[in-house]
Amino acid sequence: MNLPLAAFYVAAAVLILAALRVITSRNPVHAALWLVAAFFSAACLWLLLYAEFLAIVLVLVYVGAVMVLFLFVVMMLDISFDKLREGFWRHLPLAGGIGFLMALEMVLVLSSREFGAGAVPSPGAPPAGHSNTKELGRLIYTDYVFPFELAAVVLLVAIVAAIALTLRRRKETRYQDPAEQLAATKAGRLKIVKVAPERPAAPAQDAKP
Amino acid sequence: MIPLSHYLVLGAIVFAIAVAGIFLNRKNLIVILMAIELMLLSVNMNFVAFSHFLGDPSGQVFVFFILTVAAAESAIGLAILVTLFRNLRSINVDDLGSLKG
Repeated sequence: MNLPLAAFYVAAAVLILAALRVITSRNPVHAALWLVAAFFSAACLWLLLYAEFLAIVLVLVYVGAVMVLFLFVVMMLDISFDKLREGFWRHLPLAGGIGFLMALEMVLVLSSREFGAGAVPSPGAPPAGHSNTKELGRLIYTDYVFPFELAAVVLLVAIVAAIALTLRRRKETRYQDPAEQLAATKAGRLKIVKVAPERPAAPAQDAKP
Repeated sequence: MIPLSHYLVLGAIVFAIAVAGIFLNRKNLIVILMAIELMLLSVNMNFVAFSHFLGDPSGQVFVFFILTVAAAESAIGLAILVTLFRNLRSINVDDLGSLKG
């Protein structure tokens, strides 16, 4: 067994174990951490496929940003997770059966001669000096420039939506309204009252002996 | 070297695990979101494998776009989850029936 194949089996075993732990963990914090392990081993597998840029992006974007977001949310919400787990064992036969069936079908299709070891020859390592990042950049900025701009718009929509959804105005906090401040006039603030002069009350008779 | 079918079978297994995870944790919204992330990961694995074996880097561009959309999806999904928890004090999927007639 050569070294890349051994590395593939190790990373694949870690990926499958981590995926199983993600869906069976009792604590969602543990599930998020196992998901980090799954993404990391997937990045190792992509490195074996000479997709360096995507492997690094997977670690940076997913492990660095998305999973931290998951962990933030899981730890911020005060939820008793035991109640959410009821029905886990009841659904286990159905879920396991359907998952096993899907995996079996796809393995049967994929291990046929069309996708087997000899059907698609491995192109091997790219030539020396080949840059995966350069190649991807050339494609993104020439052939896929319009989808690339659309992806940027999707990210912008996500930013605006996430902020707009979670922004809340607390009732006890006082805010200034600049429009109201600017619209203030003298008539609205100042009131001149004409007060009739009043004679001071007569001193009480028994005040002084 | 590693044949193509190894990667495709691995992607299929991870996808099946994610589907089973949605069935198992059908009350817990957070784990459902994590299972969706796993599904997208297995799809990306197929894209990268085919891209390498067919010698066409366009497959990796698609993975790039899927990563973008998945990041946007999880950000909005978690924002909805936080809003939901603020209003209902629960993230149980069974409590989300307020649109039911």
